[in-house]
This record gives sequence, C-alpha cells and structure tokens, in this order.
Amino acid sequence: MALVQSPDNYVQQEEWEGSLEQLKGLVSERAFTGETMLLNMGPHHPSTHGVLRLLLELDGERIVTAMPDVGFLHTGIEKNIESKTYEKGVTLTDRMDYLSPLSNNMAFCSAVEKLLDLDVPERAQLIRVVVLELQRIASHMVWLGTHAIDMGAMSVLLYCFREREKVLGMLEMLSGQRMMGSYIRPGGVWRDITPEFKPALREFLDSFPKAVDDFEALLRKNPLWIDRTQGVGVIEPDVALAWGVSGPSLRGSGVNWDIRKAMPYSGYETFDFNVPLGDHGDVYDRFLCRILELRESIKILEQGYSRLTDTGVFRSDNRKYVPPPRSELGRSMEAVIHHFKLWTEGFSVPDEEVYVAIESPRGEIGCYLHGTGGTKPRRVHFKTPSFMHISALPVMSQGHFIADLVAIIGSVDVVLGDSDR
Amino acid sequence: MEIAPALDPLESVRSALPDALLDAKLFRNEITLIVDRGSIVQVMAYLRDTPGLLYNFLSDISAVDYYPEYNRPERFGVSYHLYSMLYNRRLRVKVFVPEEAPEVETVTGIWPGANWLEREIFDMMGINFKGHPDMRRILMPEDWDGHPHRRDYPLGYEQVQFSFNVEEILKHKPSAKK
Repeated sequence: MALVQSPDNYVQQEEWEGSLEQLKGLVSERAFTGETMLLNMGPHHPSTHGVLRLLLELDGERIVTAMPDVGFLHTGIEKNIESKTYEKGVTLTDRMDYLSPLSNNMAFCSAVEKLLDLDVPERAQLIRVVVLELQRIASHMVWLGTHAIDMGAMSVLLYCFREREKVLGMLEMLSGQRMMGSYIRPGGVWRDITPEFKPALREFLDSFPKAVDDFEALLRKNPLWIDRTQGVGVIEPDVALAWGVSGPSLRGSGVNWDIRKAMPYSGYETFDFNVPLGDHGDVYDRFLCRILELRESIKILEQGYSRLTDTGVFRSDNRKYVPPPRSELGRSMEAVIHHFKLWTEGFSVPDEEVYVAIESPRGEIGCYLHGTGGTKPRRVHFKTPSFMHISALPVMSQGHFIADLVAIIGSVDVVLGDSDR
Repeated sequence: MEIAPALDPLESVRSALPDALLDAKLFRNEITLIVDRGSIVQVMAYLRDTPGLLYNFLSDISAVDYYPEYNRPERFGVSYHLYSMLYNRRLRVKVFVPEEAPEVETVTGIWPGANWLEREIFDMMGINFKGHPDMRRILMPEDWDGHPHRRDYPLGYEQVQFSFNVEEILKHKPSAKK
C-alpha cells in the first residue's frame, strides 16, 4: 500500500479489491460472492492479548476461517543477539515472553551451557527452580485474570494481580527488578538470594494456596463459566501434536508431556510433583490444567523452600565463563584478568549447534543456538509456544461463535511478544 | 499394547534410505542426521511413521546462515528438531541449501504445524519452501526488502517516516515506491 501523501493517492477502492485477490486460497469461495463476511479483529482489540490481528471470515456469527496475522511486535531480538556477547544476550531474551522472562533466560542460558559443557552447581539449580516456579505462578496469574475478564468475570483479574504483585516483589528482592531481571545467567544466577527473600517466600506460600482455592471457587463450578467453556475450542490430541501445540494447552487434550518430567533439567527430577491432565481438550480443561498446575508449583516451591540454604554457592566457579566475585578483584590478579576478558571480549563458544527446550508457563520454549567459535553467536532461534498456538487457532476456532474465539484465545494463553520476538 | 523396541535412528535411516543420508554427527549427545535436500519429505515421513522411531512431534525448524563461508558445504542450513513422545528422545535432521537455489520441499504435508515455522524462515532467511500452501512473509511487513536474518543483512535501523522527510527516505527504499 502506498504511503499517504496527498488526497490524490489516498487508499482507493481498487487497492482493496487487489488485496482481496491475495486472499484467494485462504478464504472460501463464498467470501468473493459476498455470502460470507470478512471482518478484521485487532490488532488492538482488548481481548486479543496484545497486538494480534485476526482476519475472520464469518457466516452470520459463525467463524468459517480465522486467519491470524502476527508480527506487529517483532523487535528483531534474535538478530540483535547475534551482535552481542552471550552474557549480554540474556537481557534481550527477557523481552520476548514478557510475562515469564525467567523461562526465556533459562532456555537461552541452558543452550549456552550445553554448548560450553558448563556445569551449574546444585544450589544454583535449586534457586533456578524456585524462581522458575515463582515465574510460572506470576504468568498464570496474568493468564487467569485476563482470561476471566475476557469472559466477563471482572473481579478475578483484581485478585490475580494482587497475588502476582507479591511474586514480582520477591523477584525484585532477588534481581532488583520486578519483571525484566535477567536473573538467570550462564553458569548459575546473577547473585545470591537476599536475606529478605526466604521470609517473603514463606509468607507467600502460607497465603497463596488459599488464593488458589478462591479462584477455583469463583470459576470452576460457576454455571456461566461452564457454559462458556465446556465443549468450546476442542482440539484432539493427535491434531494438537501435529500442530505443535505444547504445554498446558496440550495436556488439556490429555497428552502427558511435560518437559520437567520427560527430560528433567535443572534438577526437576529431584522434586515430587504431578502433571495434571485434561480429557476433552476444550477451553475448560485447559483452564483446569493450569489451575491444578498452580498447586503443583506450590508443592515444588515448598520443597525448594525447605532445601534452600540462606547462603552458599550460586554460580559456577569456572572463571573462564563466569565472572569472579567483586571481593576477589582487590586480591587476585587472575580475577582482574578474567573480569576484564569477560566484560570486554566475552567468552568463546564452539562452532556447533544445540537445541535445548524447557517447559515455560505456556509450553515448550526451545532455543536453537549456533556458535561461531568466537564470542558472538552465529544464529539464535527461539521456538516459542505462543507462535505455535496462534498458528493452531484456526483449527480450534472453526465453526464457533466470535464470542467463543475470545475464550479460545484466552485459553491457549498467547503472548504476542513471545510469538513475534 | 505391544511397544516396539526403540531403534537407532541413524542405522534405520541408513538401511532404509541409503541415498538420502549424507552424514551424521554427534555433539553433546545430540544426534544430527544430515540428509539430501531433495529427500527431506521422504526422510521425515519415514522417521514419523516407522515403529521404533515414531518421531511424532515437530519441535522447531531453524535456519542458519554460514555467510561468508560457502563451503560447509553450502551457505544455508535448515535444521528440523523432532521429538518422539513414546521413546522420549530428540533428533535433529539437517539439510544444506545453496545460495543460488534456496529451496527446500515443504513438510507441511506431514506436520501442519510446520506452516508458520517455514513461513518464518522464508521471511527471515529467504529460503523458499516448495509446495507450501501459503508462502508469505509473516513477521516483517509485506513490502519489506531483503531477509533480515541473513548474515550479510546489516543490523541497522529504519528512520521514522513523516510527511516532511518521506521523500528523502523513499529515495533509499526501492520497495516502498510501488
């Protein structure tokens, strides 16, 4: 479309017909005769959870096809990481899935550690598990609040954000920032847990189970909620697998695949927790899976709390890859050299490729990392769950009402920063 | 139900499709099968459907640009990351794509979820997937020039267009003049 400069070349009717031609093969033949209607939803519709645009072909109020259009939030994060050292790249990964930055950090750092064959100390892994589960709770709180408000349950949002605020407060105690903390770094975490963190975690663990009970009481048996969600947006297990759906959205269809269980990372194998599964693969089962997942996260956090010591090792002592502590800089020449090398040039990574996937609150987030042998990556690619889930939206929404589409978008928990990167 | 014992992916592909398999690599316990570009669909269908392999989940498709090295053995590499739910293991299948003819057969017929992943690679790397049902740009604007993830594409920025500077900008931007 031409840039608008004067009224002469303002968007003309012909240009619109031209773009309708482009849709040939995407929409049904009936759209060209005017039998069905094309309707644009988004990119700023409040219930599209960010800048998601959907082009809908409607027969009355029934959806014939939904064509998602993403890319409005593309910020070139992968390209930018290519020009940064690995340590600096971590800060950019925060900005992808902005509701669970720590999962992104974890995926990227795990890939770097795998390429380097760098071991992470046990206590650092424990801290990672604790913050990842806190992040999962924070992310699920935003999901539940926005999902409920899309469906007209206003008050849930306020309760959810109240709980999320507590989690963000704890993350601030650790990293100094509420959201984009970049707390997980290659080789461990940025710094040790602060003295006020454990008491805050205890307080949270005492109050949060009650809050989950409240959320469940508000929605689980609510007849309006059940009417709006049961039997809506059904995706069969084999279809979900073929479309690359993962995480709670896949488990809602009854496929037992949680990377924390299947391919444990960061010591998840030492924790005792269950993987909730749904039966029907509809919006209600996906909702229930996530609610039950919150309880499992509490279980993991309880175990983490009892095992976490107040102070101790929090990152690898391999000075070739992990910066020395500040206290060593005044005493050791070696430490000064390592510090200088790491903060100017960075560390070198072999010219090989790895793929590491972890379980983010939304599903499988995978990091494909290809080194150059130098200090900057050749290629970083993130397989993000939201990207796959949005591509599967047409399958889930076919034949449903527009109002149901809103429920379906909420139920797969899309984050457009995650999808567009 | 009887579960077939797990097969070694390398040995099975080598015996079933000897012409397709070019090379294999093991790095940090990740198996990479390097296969012929023309037979990617055949290999994928074999890996998904053979009892004992059953790589039924396509995790990711990523492309890498080896520019300025053209001898590894080609400029581009496309990696397919598969996962087998039953045997709980991963596999990477890789094809190399030359710069002159950046084309690969699409695997959307095997995994519909590959649709957007392939569109992303087309958008970012300029690799065309033959037979893809909807080969359009996905993340970049439709009228974008070039493929940003190629290594010879500079990491720059684009000036914001206003009515007072639009003519100056359009001079440098052939694709926007249409």
